[in-house]
Amino acid sequence: MLRLVWLHKTENERRVMIARGKNASDLFPAVVKNVACKNIEVKKLVYVYLVRYAEEQQDLALLSISTFQRGLKDPNQLIRASALRVLSSIRVTIIVPIMMLAIKEAASDMSPYVRKTAAHAIPKLYSLDPEQKDCLIEVIEKLLADKTTLVAGSVVMAFEEVCPERIDLIHKNYRKLCNLLIDVEEWGQVVIINMLTRYARTQFLNPNMNEGGGEKKKTEATAIVRRKPYVMDPDHRLLLRNTKPLLQSRNAAVVMAVAQLYFHLAPKAEVGVIAKALVRLMRSHSEVQYVVLQNVATMSIKRRGMFEPYLKSFYIRSTDPTQIKVLKLEVLTNLANETNISTILREFQTYIKSNDKDFVAATIQAIGRCATNIGEVRDTCLNGLVQLLSNRDELVVAESVVVIKKLLQMQPEQHSDIIKHMAKLTDNIQVPMARASILWLIGEYCEHVPKIAPDVLRKMAKTFTNEEDIVKLQIINLAAKLYLTNSKQTKLLTQYVLNLAKYDQNYDIRDRARFIRQLIVPTDKSGALSKYAKKLFLALKPAPVLESPFKDRDHFQLGSLSHLLNAKAGGYQVLPDWPEAAPDPSVRNVEVKESVRAVETVTARDRGPLGAPQNQRGQSSGEDEKKSEKKSKPRIGSSESESEEDNDSESESSESEEESEEESEEEIKKKKKTHTHTQRDKTHTFYIGVQMFATICKPAWLNMQFLLNPLPVSVPQTIVPSGNLKTYELLHRITGEGLSVEYCFSRQPFSPDPHMVAVKIQFTNSATSEAKSLHVEDAKLQSGMRIKEFPEIEVLPAGETVSVVMGIDFCDSTQAANFQLCTHTRKFFVSIQPPVGELMMPIFMTENEFKKEQGQLMGMNEITEKLTLEEKCQGEHAIVQRVTTAANLSRVPCGSDKECRFAGKTVTSGSLVLVSVVTKENGAAQLTVNCEKMVIGTMLVKDILQALTQ
Amino acid sequence: MIHSLFLINPSGDIFLEKHWKSVVSRSVCDYFLEAKEKALEPEDVPPVIHTPRHYLISIYRDKLFFLSVIQTEVPPLFVIEFLHRVAEMIQDYFGECSETVVKDNMVMVYELLEEMLDNGFPLATESNVLKEMIRPPTILRSVVNTLTGTSNIGDTLPTGQLSTIPWRRAGVKYTNNEAYFDVVEEIDAILDQSGTTVFAEIQGVVGACVKLSGMPDLTLSFMNPRLLDDVSFHPCVRYKRWESERVLSFIPPDGNFTLMTYHVNAQNLVAIPVYVKQSISFFESGSGGRLDVTVGPKQTMGKTVEGVMVTVHLPKTILSVNLTATQGSYTYDNGTKLLVWDIGKLNPQKLPNLRGSLSLQAGAPKPEENPSLNIDLKIQQLAISGLKVNRLDMFGEKYKPFKGVKYITKAGKFQVRT
Repeated sequence: MLRLVWLHKTENERRVMIARGKNASDLFPAVVKNVACKNIEVKKLVYVYLVRYAEEQQDLALLSISTFQRGLKDPNQLIRASALRVLSSIRVTIIVPIMMLAIKEAASDMSPYVRKTAAHAIPKLYSLDPEQKDCLIEVIEKLLADKTTLVAGSVVMAFEEVCPERIDLIHKNYRKLCNLLIDVEEWGQVVIINMLTRYARTQFLNPNMNEGGGEKKKTEATAIVRRKPYVMDPDHRLLLRNTKPLLQSRNAAVVMAVAQLYFHLAPKAEVGVIAKALVRLMRSHSEVQYVVLQNVATMSIKRRGMFEPYLKSFYIRSTDPTQIKVLKLEVLTNLANETNISTILREFQTYIKSNDKDFVAATIQAIGRCATNIGEVRDTCLNGLVQLLSNRDELVVAESVVVIKKLLQMQPEQHSDIIKHMAKLTDNIQVPMARASILWLIGEYCEHVPKIAPDVLRKMAKTFTNEEDIVKLQIINLAAKLYLTNSKQTKLLTQYVLNLAKYDQNYDIRDRARFIRQLIVPTDKSGALSKYAKKLFLALKPAPVLESPFKDRDHFQLGSLSHLLNAKAGGYQVLPDWPEAAPDPSVRNVEVKESVRAVETVTARDRGPLGAPQNQRGQSSGEDEKKSEKKSKPRIGSSESESEEDNDSESESSESEEESEEESEEEIKKKKKTHTHTQRDKTHTFYIGVQMFATICKPAWLNMQFLLNPLPVSVPQTIVPSGNLKTYELLHRITGEGLSVEYCFSRQPFSPDPHMVAVKIQFTNSATSEAKSLHVEDAKLQSGMRIKEFPEIEVLPAGETVSVVMGIDFCDSTQAANFQLCTHTRKFFVSIQPPVGELMMPIFMTENEFKKEQGQLMGMNEITEKLTLEEKCQGEHAIVQRVTTAANLSRVPCGSDKECRFAGKTVTSGSLVLVSVVTKENGAAQLTVNCEKMVIGTMLVKDILQALTQ
Repeated sequence: MIHSLFLINPSGDIFLEKHWKSVVSRSVCDYFLEAKEKALEPEDVPPVIHTPRHYLISIYRDKLFFLSVIQTEVPPLFVIEFLHRVAEMIQDYFGECSETVVKDNMVMVYELLEEMLDNGFPLATESNVLKEMIRPPTILRSVVNTLTGTSNIGDTLPTGQLSTIPWRRAGVKYTNNEAYFDVVEEIDAILDQSGTTVFAEIQGVVGACVKLSGMPDLTLSFMNPRLLDDVSFHPCVRYKRWESERVLSFIPPDGNFTLMTYHVNAQNLVAIPVYVKQSISFFESGSGGRLDVTVGPKQTMGKTVEGVMVTVHLPKTILSVNLTATQGSYTYDNGTKLLVWDIGKLNPQKLPNLRGSLSLQAGAPKPEENPSLNIDLKIQQLAISGLKVNRLDMFGEKYKPFKGVKYITKAGKFQVRT
């Protein structure tokens, strides 16, 4: 029955999906109800649906919000991430604050995957409410500092969408980004490389500045001589070096991104490396070819030499689509020079025979351009083009005429027979552009063909009314020119043409006719200009320059949409020009420690061979190495691998936290030391008089032993004397207006929830009046953390002290739990941060169990440190005492007296924590910590080390 | 970034739309359809179209248009590359990429697209990761799913998403551990009328089908890596190792993937395995013409040339052909004017020949251009460049895998001008 319901639901959902095109929003309420559904497929489909229709049905969409808010606190990172993903995709303005909060929290989540999702959510929120920009920039800043490759790409994407102008945010992360680049996923690489190109343009000097333009160099030679030699900024070099391997990427977008980076940033001598990779892309899909060729066309104008060796790769096949053919032609034309022009022209000859007429026309233009650029072949080209004039295809002839016209303009004197030949063509050619070109040629050089010109005008006058506008204009032009040079023969004809034009339908033509009549036909009213009519019309015209349409396109960043369209697309960030003087490079300096780390994490991929498996263990120094080792271990079963992943993510995420917490923890440790001296001699005698002892100082591991043993012991929690435990201040007497609050970790199991750490809180009211209704409110917790509040204290009379116990699930992290402590009048923001030793509870183990477990936690889960014990601390007792003070662990019996062993497990996840201290002569000792949670392990090592050496 | 995706069939019907941000009306496709109308061939549709409010970037693949809508600046190749990944993903999941397949698996395609992009930015494009989240359909599974109501969606986060090797899924287990590599080389060439090589080069692909348990670390080395001039790798290949030692060292994805593509050093002369003697001529009178084509083996390194096929795009004015082939068979489609001559295996003793007459439409002028011939061929067990795999070693796992390498040479864009 139940199954049927499920099926029905799924089916219903499916139908909803299939109705995708039509408006399916009437089903909205019914569907949204399923959001809390347990079936993961239905859930996902509901998400898809919800995101799609939420904008239209805002009120109903709000019903689902609470589900996602709950999801944000889920211990499973997948659920946290997907809850955030969907929540941030719902485009309803009312929930902007909720989204903002969720993003902020997720940005400091333990799991890098959740942080990545947070980075994705930033642009979504920004597009929904641009006013959140400032808050979002803070989050971006925080995420930019993230050291995981998973987050890097997404956060740079967010940066590009929200605040691309805040280039200053990049400084501190620049080197890290460069170093992480190769391990970032492909799409992130593209975004990061494009952003870094822009960054480099603002921060470094032009590597080619000393080469400048050729002539400029000569003229300003003296000025440049004294310029100090250019030295490339090491950071500039770093970028070039780290991007180069990506030219080998399988992803065309990545290759293009690197290519444009080199084109815009590299010294001339080094740009060449990109040519090979770009030529390779041309074997890819035709769309990829299209985009790549556009970029190659632009590059080949500036750096012709780069592509010359690959000339033949641009040869055209008859099967290429027309747009590809035209682009290849463009590149071939750009590459043409004195040495290769004969080969190129031979190729062009084959192309002219093609069936694809658009392509033939483009080829003819290309020939024209080669002829103008390379003087040696001008005559050959001209002859070839003249031959084309007898082609059967009118389009070919027309195109040739247009190109010949342009060529003739360069040296008309020698080519009067070509002009004559073309004059004859006017009878046959119908293409307006070609007719216009011929007429213009005859008019311009009418002195070279004095006999033919008037005759052409006569014929044209006859057909004037049927011509296209562009031709009519040229007829008027021809008439005017002839009138000025040969008025005897053409006066009447000109008058006739001008009269026809006067009554033309097109006002341009009427206008032109009026203007010319005034100018050339002398009347009494004619102005001063008519004297200069001849000069005006028969002035020497400069020869046209046939230019590539790709010239100067490189002011757009190559590879961009704007470059492709040759128009600025929305959101395009202008590629800035090189600065005159380099800005201060020290802004990119980070503390040494950090940058070393960054270098260490360079490449999981490029670290080189892992070698034989036996070498893998123990040789590693960086954390990263260890991680990859673990990856290369075989995995059995998905559940295990998942938990491993969890650890991994955690270790990655808290790398950054570690540093900051280290110090504070050291301080705490010091303080703690002083408090625990009194306890010292008692704690290690733990097998004797357990019961008695328990009531005195009660380390939590003892309680655990009671629980494991069948002894029925119930320990009242509130009466434990706290004097032996380190207390921390939660609220000072002065800020608390008389109410002072202290807390300590009581090391007892927290009975309402075994996964919580018990925190004993002691309130002292030193004010004169009584404090009422003390309670906890509005806990702001890292996701996954939970708080079990203490029961409200109704009245705390003046001068009195009361202790309560609350439970906090720290999720096995040392992040602080923030909450508000409220009295009847005031609220105080307080936070509790646990030392790592308090995140665990002792467990009882036999020696054999300990050895077995330790054997399973080798490799990256094992941390070993050598140390020299302090004088006072060389006995077994002292060691046991100090370790158990530093961490909530229990001792494991051991046969050897040279070794002390301790065991415990973390409170939340129950991961084992095993510690052993082996003593040697002269106070030398070795500390080994085995823990599945690497972060806990590392931090614990530090704490215990400190406890033993001070 | 990517705003929406539309799938359009050749007749211009939109049969799938997916929006990652707010909904864009499908009328935006009109600009595209207009451009498509104008283009003679589907390949001629410009990949990037500028409309007043959006930019449309499309690819044409497997007879379908994948059209994406963009609103702001984004590298066009980024989008194009992604669209191709979508097509590859559909192909990978359902065996082929066609309208019917997409329509039949609509729900799953939606789920996949939802996972592939978040807010228009690629999220999970690795096939290994996707397959862990959404399991590809099999007959057995769909039966089980219908009976039990379970779904194809995994409820755990794919480990690949988090690791530094996102391309490999965790917990791979096989009873037979095998690793096969295919070295496929394609000859791109243009030969001119007289048979001289205008341009020729060899492009190679090393494809792999790796089914190994656990986390194997493989090293593949070549006998003559110097031959390789330009290479591109799957992200799993360690680049530094290649730079220093010229070996491919990698932890492979599970299943089929392309390990590397390469280009053979341009200095090496390319062996052209066949020669083509052809004469296509049209009579001056314009009534018809003759066609005579012979194909023979040239530099085949002692192997047999198989699967030879000659394709000719005849001029539009051809009315009919009347030909005889001494080997194989020919087909002629009068609609597309496409002449295909399927020869099969080349026999050096008896050269295949196709000859006969062509007749032109009445009154049509003599065609100016002779059509060029496109040649297709295949040589088994030979990499024409001479590239050879030396050895494959596996580290990190205990079992002994079964290994195999296969070589094939094919014609790529092999064209003979006439």
